[in-house]
Amino acid sequence: MDVFIAIVQILDSTIRLSVPLLLACLAGLFSERSGIFDIGLEGKMLVGAFAGAAAASVFHSAFIGLGMAILISVAFAMVHGFASITHRGNQIVSGVAINFIAAGSTIILGQAWFQQGGRTPALQPGERFDAIVWPGAEAVRDVPIIGPIYAELISGHSLLVYLAFLMVPFTWWVLFRTRFGLRLRAVGENPAAVDTAGISVAWLRYRALICTGILTGVAGAYLSMVQNGGFVKDMTAGKGYIALAALIFAKWKPVNAMFACLLFGFLDAAAIRLQGSPLPIIGKVPVQFMQALPYILTVILLAGFIGKAIPPRAGGVPYVKER
Amino acid sequence: MKRIVLGLLAATAMVLPAFAADVQPAILYDLGGKFDKSFNEAAFHGAEKFKTETGTPYVEFEVSNASQREQALRRFAEDGHNPIVMAGFAWEDALKAVAKDYPDLNFAIIDDAVDMPNVRSLVFKENEGSYLVGIMAAMASKTKKVAFIGGMDIPLIRKFECGYVGGAKSAGATDVIQNMTGDTPAAWNDPAKGGEIAKTQIDQGADVVYAAAGGTGVGVLQAAADAGKLGIGVDSNQNGLQPGKVLTSMMKRVDIAVYTAFMDGKNGTFKGGVENLGLKEGGVDYAMDDNNKALVTDEMKAAVEKAKADIISGKIQVHDYTADNACPY
Repeated sequence: MDVFIAIVQILDSTIRLSVPLLLACLAGLFSERSGIFDIGLEGKMLVGAFAGAAAASVFHSAFIGLGMAILISVAFAMVHGFASITHRGNQIVSGVAINFIAAGSTIILGQAWFQQGGRTPALQPGERFDAIVWPGAEAVRDVPIIGPIYAELISGHSLLVYLAFLMVPFTWWVLFRTRFGLRLRAVGENPAAVDTAGISVAWLRYRALICTGILTGVAGAYLSMVQNGGFVKDMTAGKGYIALAALIFAKWKPVNAMFACLLFGFLDAAAIRLQGSPLPIIGKVPVQFMQALPYILTVILLAGFIGKAIPPRAGGVPYVKER
Repeated sequence: MKRIVLGLLAATAMVLPAFAADVQPAILYDLGGKFDKSFNEAAFHGAEKFKTETGTPYVEFEVSNASQREQALRRFAEDGHNPIVMAGFAWEDALKAVAKDYPDLNFAIIDDAVDMPNVRSLVFKENEGSYLVGIMAAMASKTKKVAFIGGMDIPLIRKFECGYVGGAKSAGATDVIQNMTGDTPAAWNDPAKGGEIAKTQIDQGADVVYAAAGGTGVGVLQAAADAGKLGIGVDSNQNGLQPGKVLTSMMKRVDIAVYTAFMDGKNGTFKGGVENLGLKEGGVDYAMDDNNKALVTDEMKAAVEKAKADIISGKIQVHDYTADNACPY
């Protein structure tokens, strides 16, 4: 029974850890499916996290914080769009620039506004998204098997966690069951055909980037307003890049993306939990090995098990109309 | 273009007179950043205290990656800053390279012992301070399970860990769950991961969590407070970060070390050599203030004060992990 509880707790931690990855990964999915490579996911999450925490602590409202996070993140996505769609700049260069601007501006603005070395003030209750306890969660906690699963795993997360997982079927529906989704996928594969059909390639790609901005904004808000109680410099800690890896891993499909992100989250959670505790048969494993494990498995899985990942054909290529 | 050049010239002109004044001391922070609410911030407070008392300004530098270390240090030495104080063991290599080229300047390094005539090495007996907070943790714990979260996995942090385990076990803790945040310097500034580790430890039954992890500790204290458990801060007095939810803080008086080094430099009394600062020297201690007054019972306080007296008198010897890279507790 103890083992079962431990597994449920690891899975619970997996969910918490994979939410920012999942949101960023779906964000990247919209953008890359439309033919815009977006290495700036990291930066957009970071500005989202900062804007969210800053607005929440100034206006004392979690929802204003979330709105602000989305707004600023979309603004950064538009900068990326302006450089790489309107001006046909190199998408990688523009994305890297976004990351640098985000890393620098958050610290400078944070210091200027709050004088805490680039930190935002610690958020008070009500300025964060608190855990939602589902009806009956405490009552069924002691029921074997189902109780812990319901009380630990399903109940007791914040609004943004549920939102993130609802975004998976929603993204699938948008991409594969709507006209907008069809066109978005087409513009990533063959923009000339879309253009011939009389649809604006640039406007479609801008709309895809708006979706990206919204999702990275939510991811950032999750980091600073759910997982932590405030913004700390560089708090994304490379999650945007891991999300990109997960996207390739998932072959640019929403449901696969969810599983890829859950896998990354699980490896992280397991590494934390198993640190220092002896494993059956092998005995006590050094801390360093446990911490390297997620990366080792990623390399193995990426190299051998998923087969060939083919990106959208027009990805990374600015569209130039023939005249 | 012309305007930019003029602007730059004007900016330089404004900076120069500041350098021309009195000999200024310098402080170099480590990767956690000047405002980590912990180790580096304590160093900053020491430097600030010096500035307000003497009116002599100081210069400072925050490294953002390891390759900047030697360059920054050499730059300060070339400008003639004296003394130059470095916060953090990671400065060791840069210091060894630079200090021998500038025998007339005085250097001080915190958390590392460098044997050179013009270098003062300030090391702390973190094991003693951690032993005290370990006692408090075990006494405050209802489950008798307490937890420790270290930053980067290095012998120095193991020294905190070992002292804490010793103290906690001596006061009746049955289990001390121990985690490290990572193996790279990024582990000093990853509050999200710190928070997740704390949640995992709380899931495992711990109800007091001690973080010796620089900026990462902010996330640990937050997670402990969110779960309605207690955290223990480190280096600076972190009781105020989550008022009423931080049991105490293991204070390492980096501020005093920096202040004294600056003062000695100013008065011309700077001496090299290793200084080992423990409870007896006031180098480490546990923090009490209005934020944690209600959490610490009289019984706890008495036990800690007794242990403190015993350590100072030598009756209790707290094991130092760095002496033999092992922890007997």
